[in-house]
Amino acid sequence: MTDRQPSIVFRLDPRSGIAPYRQLVDQVRNAVEMGRLRGGDQLPSVREVVTQVTINPNTVHRAYRELENLGLAEGRLGLGTFITENPDVHATEAGNVELTRQLQIWVKRARAAGIVDDDMLELLRRILNHDERVLS
Amino acid sequence: MTMPVIETNSLTKRFGRKWGLRDCSLSIPAGKVAALVGPNGAGKSTLLRMATGLSRPTSGEIYVLGEEPIGNSASFLSRIGYLDQERPLYRGFRVDEMFRFGEGTNPTWNMTTAHAYVDQLGISLRDRVNNLSGGQQAQVALTMCLAKQPELLILDEPAAALDPVAREDLLRLLMREVAERGTSVVLSTHALGDVGSICDYLVIMSHSTIVLADDLEFVVESHRFLGAPSPNVPELPEGVTVIDTRTSSRDVTYLVRMTLPLSDETWEITQPTLDEVIMAYLRLARDSASTSSRHETPSTRGEHS
Repeated sequence: MTDRQPSIVFRLDPRSGIAPYRQLVDQVRNAVEMGRLRGGDQLPSVREVVTQVTINPNTVHRAYRELENLGLAEGRLGLGTFITENPDVHATEAGNVELTRQLQIWVKRARAAGIVDDDMLELLRRILNHDERVLS
Repeated sequence: MTMPVIETNSLTKRFGRKWGLRDCSLSIPAGKVAALVGPNGAGKSTLLRMATGLSRPTSGEIYVLGEEPIGNSASFLSRIGYLDQERPLYRGFRVDEMFRFGEGTNPTWNMTTAHAYVDQLGISLRDRVNNLSGGQQAQVALTMCLAKQPELLILDEPAAALDPVAREDLLRLLMREVAERGTSVVLSTHALGDVGSICDYLVIMSHSTIVLADDLEFVVESHRFLGAPSPNVPELPEGVTVIDTRTSSRDVTYLVRMTLPLSDETWEITQPTLDEVIMAYLRLARDSASTSSRHETPSTRGEHS
């Protein structure tokens, strides 16, 4: 083990109800989107992660596999897992800009109609659950 | 896939007229960190003690790493590490004396590992067991287990009665071992928060039987809340088993296990958290005990695919 600082320090909230592997994926994606992680940065090894947070090593493997599937990271044989060069956040960002704009318009209309924030969240949750039902 | 670490067929244990375990069939795959969850007296410790050969089945079979634990050859015992809450430490010994005892009694002992682990935990080899905190004693006891380099660790409530920092240190030590050596672990716990973060296989026990045994990722995937306004509750979709029911004056919510994908438009479907699923099974166990002692609890073997 080297004394070099890890590129990212994970956190885990066991009470969030969000699966631990999903929490790791989200934290990496967020760090890439915010520019804290860049192409070529090495993610901490599974051994390093289990000394950072109390987590099952298989869960870390699973999160890294998911990041590879998302095109955000790549495994290099015998070296570790790295953020891909030019990770594809711009493509998603461009898509996000339009979606964000539409959502802002929607929120404005919902407020005008007297819907409070909690109700909006509940509505979104319901729609998400409904979608999942359609897909599964 | 390699051989399961623990496999039982109709495993049964009676203590006089009381059931310790009743017709338990289970197969825990290798390479997992499996959690045994259930109320006190559910049979968790009975199962773990039989897995180590400390207790003999009344009937049925148990194989651990492919061997029958009873008969207890030295080679079998060197393949497993067992720890319960009675930490097997000699109070008057210093840590290095405990380690030399471990080295003398275990052919596969790795002294370098033992020293590295306690060093990392800030425990001195010169410390006397008596003078260590409860958390440190647990860490030394676990280190003794790990230094044997077992293929399977069997831990009966390893972190119970430890303060939050000590339990975190202990569980990280365990996860590091899993990451580095791929050791399989079967542990019992009451701390549901630990199940989601450190385990990847779940066994729920109650009243001497196994009510659920599955990969953790399938546990949430195979359960849903189904809600509908009452009365005029629609018929339940095909292939679901009701685990828990909550009713208000306006609606009914079931927690169900599904064996088929749901494509039902009449129910409001939401995904439960892992804690909600575990709690529903534990409540089911409690309620079925209070209504009828012979009430059948559902068994899940092989229902998902």
